[in-house]
Amino acid sequence: MHKEFLMGNAAIALGALAAGLNVVSGYPGTPSTEVLETVAKNNDGSRYVEWSVNEKAALELGAGAAYCGARSMVTMKQVGLNVASDPLMSLAYVGVKGGMVIVVADDPGPISSQTEQDTRHFASFSKLPCFDPSSVQEAYNLIQIAFDYSEKYQTPVLFRPTTRVCHGYASINVKDNDEYYINTPEGFVRDPSKWVIFPKLSYNAHIHIESRNEELSSVFSDSGLNLIYAEKSKQLRKGIAANGISYTYVKEALQDTDSVRLMKVTTPYPFPEKLALDFLNGLDEVLCVEELDPVIERNLIFVCGKYHLDTVIKGKLTRDVKTAGENTCDSVRADISRFLGLEISGKPDVPPPPELPVRPPVLCAGCPHRASFFAVKTAMKGRKSVFCGDIGCYTLGNAAPLDMVDTCLCMGAGVNITQGIGKVEPDTECFAFVGDSTFFASAITGAVNAVYNQANMTLVILDNSTTAMTGHQPHPGTGKTMMGQVVDKVDIESVLRGIGLKTVVTVNPFKLGEAVETVKRVAAESGVKAIIFKSPCAVLIKNGKPAFIDEEKCTGCRHCIKALGCPGIVIKEGKPFIEESLCTGCGLCSQVCAFGAIGGEQNAE
Amino acid sequence: MQNNILICGVGGQGIVLTSKLIAATAMRKNIPVMSAETIGMAQKGGSVFSFLRLGDNLSSPMFGEGRADILIGFEPAEAVRMLPYLRDGGTVIVNTHAIMPVTAALRGSSYTGTEMLDYLKENTGNLITVDGEEACREIGSPRALNMIMLGAAVRSSVLPFGIEDIEETMKITVRPQFVEMNSRALHFE
Repeated sequence: MHKEFLMGNAAIALGALAAGLNVVSGYPGTPSTEVLETVAKNNDGSRYVEWSVNEKAALELGAGAAYCGARSMVTMKQVGLNVASDPLMSLAYVGVKGGMVIVVADDPGPISSQTEQDTRHFASFSKLPCFDPSSVQEAYNLIQIAFDYSEKYQTPVLFRPTTRVCHGYASINVKDNDEYYINTPEGFVRDPSKWVIFPKLSYNAHIHIESRNEELSSVFSDSGLNLIYAEKSKQLRKGIAANGISYTYVKEALQDTDSVRLMKVTTPYPFPEKLALDFLNGLDEVLCVEELDPVIERNLIFVCGKYHLDTVIKGKLTRDVKTAGENTCDSVRADISRFLGLEISGKPDVPPPPELPVRPPVLCAGCPHRASFFAVKTAMKGRKSVFCGDIGCYTLGNAAPLDMVDTCLCMGAGVNITQGIGKVEPDTECFAFVGDSTFFASAITGAVNAVYNQANMTLVILDNSTTAMTGHQPHPGTGKTMMGQVVDKVDIESVLRGIGLKTVVTVNPFKLGEAVETVKRVAAESGVKAIIFKSPCAVLIKNGKPAFIDEEKCTGCRHCIKALGCPGIVIKEGKPFIEESLCTGCGLCSQVCAFGAIGGEQNAE
Repeated sequence: MQNNILICGVGGQGIVLTSKLIAATAMRKNIPVMSAETIGMAQKGGSVFSFLRLGDNLSSPMFGEGRADILIGFEPAEAVRMLPYLRDGGTVIVNTHAIMPVTAALRGSSYTGTEMLDYLKENTGNLITVDGEEACREIGSPRALNMIMLGAAVRSSVLPFGIEDIEETMKITVRPQFVEMNSRALHFE
């Protein structure tokens, strides 16, 4: 045992390694990404690590490995589980042989997600056990326990941290390498009655799952994972139930009081009913402090109903805790103070500050997406057109001044949303923008659908040769794998031609004139046609010489700023000024200036 | 004994690395440490913060308003944004160089940071200002900012260790060719 300062996601990864992990697969997504990356970084070659093409592929791979007795882990963010839900629901019936932990990171806020969905519902929906860590140390310990439960009960289990646990850091105790459990898979044993899902298997499995979960509810009550904290000598009338990071906020808030009974819920499903009954015994009121949905709250209300208790359960449903967004130390302190009738303290009295500049996330200086959006915008000026976006850095193309993302729904959705809009508005030029990683993840099937069903639209692939938003993971178009192999790339242009597109043009978006002409030409064709804007992510390439402004030629019209919104151009003493520390020398601004006032050694043209 | 530290600024200023260096120093001195910071979408030119806690009996990596012993602001407006977290009598170290967001440039406003610095002067008892731009010029690299700020923070004696402790950690953390420059930045006054 030794101490390390670790990010929660790294702790989950090291815990899995200590638990004898054989195979890990996943699809990147904040806040889950670093789990798989940490396994890869600490891989001596004995574990198989893969960024899969999407979460469904990752989960199926993990299932296959676990069928063989391997210990497998699958990682994704909460919306990734929507993609992987088809195999998940069936796998719950089939079960596994080796331990299989599906790590699904939830994102209260949401901070970087489309939804505030709660994976604990997916646990009860799929009837799979769920583990919910509250700290970095607990995440490290609990992932190992999750593998043991999974293997013992031969079922995949869900492991659900939230952003503040995933991305929190702490100095924690971790095992030395010689303390690691080593799992040697038995191999695949042929047994169609077990591995082939049929209605009869599902019926029998359903009976088994219901009794197993009843057993697990009792096991979890006695496991020491879910806990009740209370001052024994005191006759307490109020209780607080909490989980995850909210539980740590509750602990902070309760430092100065012992007048409340506290229950920590670590396994939201199957809910530890017996322990909850002990907790509720003698209490008048309970406040449930949790993020996302009122899962603990509904479970306690259920227990009260089932056992005819008159304890009043408060929380999100009674509006005693806010219904959406993250909890914070301050919000929890306030909620608890109201609940206990204490005074809220701690905040010093300061006058309101001057108006603070807002800093919304923007496309980086030198980002090729800016050039691509600008080229399409310029080409389509004055035309009735619609621009459907997708998930990735390029969603930021929605902001002023580009204003080039009219819709964004979920991974890969833009292609067929564009198709749908085109069917209703045939006089509109329809564009679907999709990044290279998202294309492979889930836009290929959409493209097949659009081509075969005779859509009229332009598919724009923003190919920056990486998965940029989540921190530059490889995908099938990059020619690298997480095992360090250099492999043949899957070529997007060939894929598009293969599914029947007649026109596929690849162009460098920084060659603005050529890019604009290409868009005009391709958009004029009928059917589904594609433009691949190919230029590497600005973060991954060495900066060129920064642009410079010829002060004699610059009229101060600020067109460069108003057209592009590049963080590399700021205003100094009333005139545009190149922030040299940010400028990559992409050359876009010099092509936009009508007075030829911006110069420099350019990457393009 | 607990120390609550809040470091804030704009994406790309080296805030996360600064936080890591303090954490690693605490680790070397066997002081328990927890931290939490902005990661992901907000990093791209957005406001970035890092909560850092040192000491025993820590539960949460974050802390509430009015609880920071020291606020290290790499940018004036960002320091003001996070000022509610400072405790009564807490210390503020602020870089006086303002960074204008793209949105301000678009609207044609010229935010300079002066009004933010005035607000800080009026509302904090222990304010230490650092001309980060000038200091970086003197050190010879814009990347020296985080060490300059960290040096100033350590000299304020709020952290449970000295410059030598940080310097030792820095030497084992950064690449050899940057050690000398970072040392000068840490000691810059």
